[in-house]
Amino acid sequence: MTQTAVRVRGLTKRYGEVRAVDGIDLDIAAGEVFAILGPNGAGKSTTVEILEGYRKRDAGEVTVLGADPGHPTRQWRSRVGIVLQTSNDTAELTVRETVRHFAGYYPGARDPDEVIARVGLAEQAGKRIRQLSGGQRRRVDVALGVVGRPELLFLDEPTTGFDPEARRTFWELIEDLARDGTTIVLTTHYLDEAEALADRVAVIARGRIVAQDRPSTLGGRAAARATVGWLEDGERRHLETGTPTATILKLTGRFGGEVPELTVTRPSLEDVYMNLIAETTR
Amino acid sequence: MTDAVTAPTAAAPPAAPPRLPSALALGWSRAGVETRMFFRERDAVVFTFAFPIVLLAIFGSIFSDRLGGTSITASQLYTAGLIGAGVMAASFQNLGIGIAVDRDDGTLKRLSGTPIPHSAYFVGKILQVLLVAFLEVAILLAIGVAAYDVRLPSDPVRWATFAWVFVLGITASSLLGIAVSGLPRSARSASAVISLPFVVLQFISGVYIPFTQLPQWLVGISSFFPLKWMCQGFRSVFLGDSGAALEITGTYELDRVAMVLAAWVVGGLALCLMTFRWKSRRDG
Repeated sequence: MTQTAVRVRGLTKRYGEVRAVDGIDLDIAAGEVFAILGPNGAGKSTTVEILEGYRKRDAGEVTVLGADPGHPTRQWRSRVGIVLQTSNDTAELTVRETVRHFAGYYPGARDPDEVIARVGLAEQAGKRIRQLSGGQRRRVDVALGVVGRPELLFLDEPTTGFDPEARRTFWELIEDLARDGTTIVLTTHYLDEAEALADRVAVIARGRIVAQDRPSTLGGRAAARATVGWLEDGERRHLETGTPTATILKLTGRFGGEVPELTVTRPSLEDVYMNLIAETTR
Repeated sequence: MTDAVTAPTAAAPPAAPPRLPSALALGWSRAGVETRMFFRERDAVVFTFAFPIVLLAIFGSIFSDRLGGTSITASQLYTAGLIGAGVMAASFQNLGIGIAVDRDDGTLKRLSGTPIPHSAYFVGKILQVLLVAFLEVAILLAIGVAAYDVRLPSDPVRWATFAWVFVLGITASSLLGIAVSGLPRSARSASAVISLPFVVLQFISGVYIPFTQLPQWLVGISSFFPLKWMCQGFRSVFLGDSGAALEITGTYELDRVAMVLAAWVVGGLALCLMTFRWKSRRDG
């Protein structure tokens, strides 16, 4: 049996005349890693901030961990972890002082030193936060988000500004948390990140959800036609086909064995995403 | 400030959740980190803490003559006035800048996303303000006694006056500081936006320049604000009866001091409740 961590029906939020969120429905199961994608200004941040209890909605039903985030209680807050986009606070405290201090806010907090080690900052634990690099600063944010042992963790564009190696390390940390059963709601601009981490993704454009599926099947991706490419007479050839295996068999016969520089590609998550966004803004 | 501290049992699911830490314990914990951050940030220490001390040393060295046929020296007058300014710096300026910075750098937003009650944030700030103000007064008095012939009163009534002027003054200034923390648009502009009016107020409230040398209309303006009355109260404590002759009315008017400061406590609280925002302008 799967429990629901987040349930949203008909969520609406207006800023003046602009409908930032225009009737969104979402179901996120407990233990799921759910990514929300969308261009800037599409209503992504507004939606997440409503789920986090930071913003009031205009209309719709929202339940997060069984409660209405429009009226957050301390008890509810202690079950939700939030990693915000940018913050610059506690610059003069050390990593250990900061994580210890925030651990004190929660009734069932994790061991601060264990959390510091888990986000890979054991060596920097005694350093002031102002001395950390951007990526290390972000890991402090994650440490503060998880130190309260949340059942549900919100991550808002967590790896912006990371180098590729730091991003991989960060992904492992998120996978680790997901294995422990933490429900994770993630917003990101990086489609490879969504593909690597998320069980399901939703694409938001113009305040609506335009697609919602597993990353591998989003937007009819699995059923889409494949492109077979090869080299012939010193020229690159492409063929779009619904039956790539048959095409390759034919090519194998034609070349009598190895097909030079053979590739078979299906639309990447990024291709599907760009198509979805283009369709809604047309 | 209007935060409803939810009783742990009120919103509890039936499975008897673990107890949340009390607001008071968290306030104490906030005071610890606030104090540590304050003393580690040299800018803040210089702005609120060392400023009056440096000024006392400068004014005390320049002016050492006796005033208006009394036995009071100018440096004694400055010591009393700068104690008033020091208390206001530790509360009004410190909170005005500190909370504006907290709003801008994400402190308030992060705290809003955790189970800490809003009241604990303010308890932490208040304890930090009390500590800084207490240290400031102690250091100014120590310098005054050691270098400028300031005599600590032996009469307990004087100390009682000191206590209520300190408490009313610091409360009024703190509330005013919390209220004005919403004015700066960003952390970078905070020290300019908060410090400028405070410096002006010190010049017209008799801290640097005796009232006898100020035009009537300026005294009229400063009489509206708490600093003039705080300094007047502190002068009554540290200059004694002979100093009363230096006041505009020839008395310390302690009843008016109490009334104006109490009015600012009420007005400041109302201002805070009406204007305080947890979000920065950026966050809408």
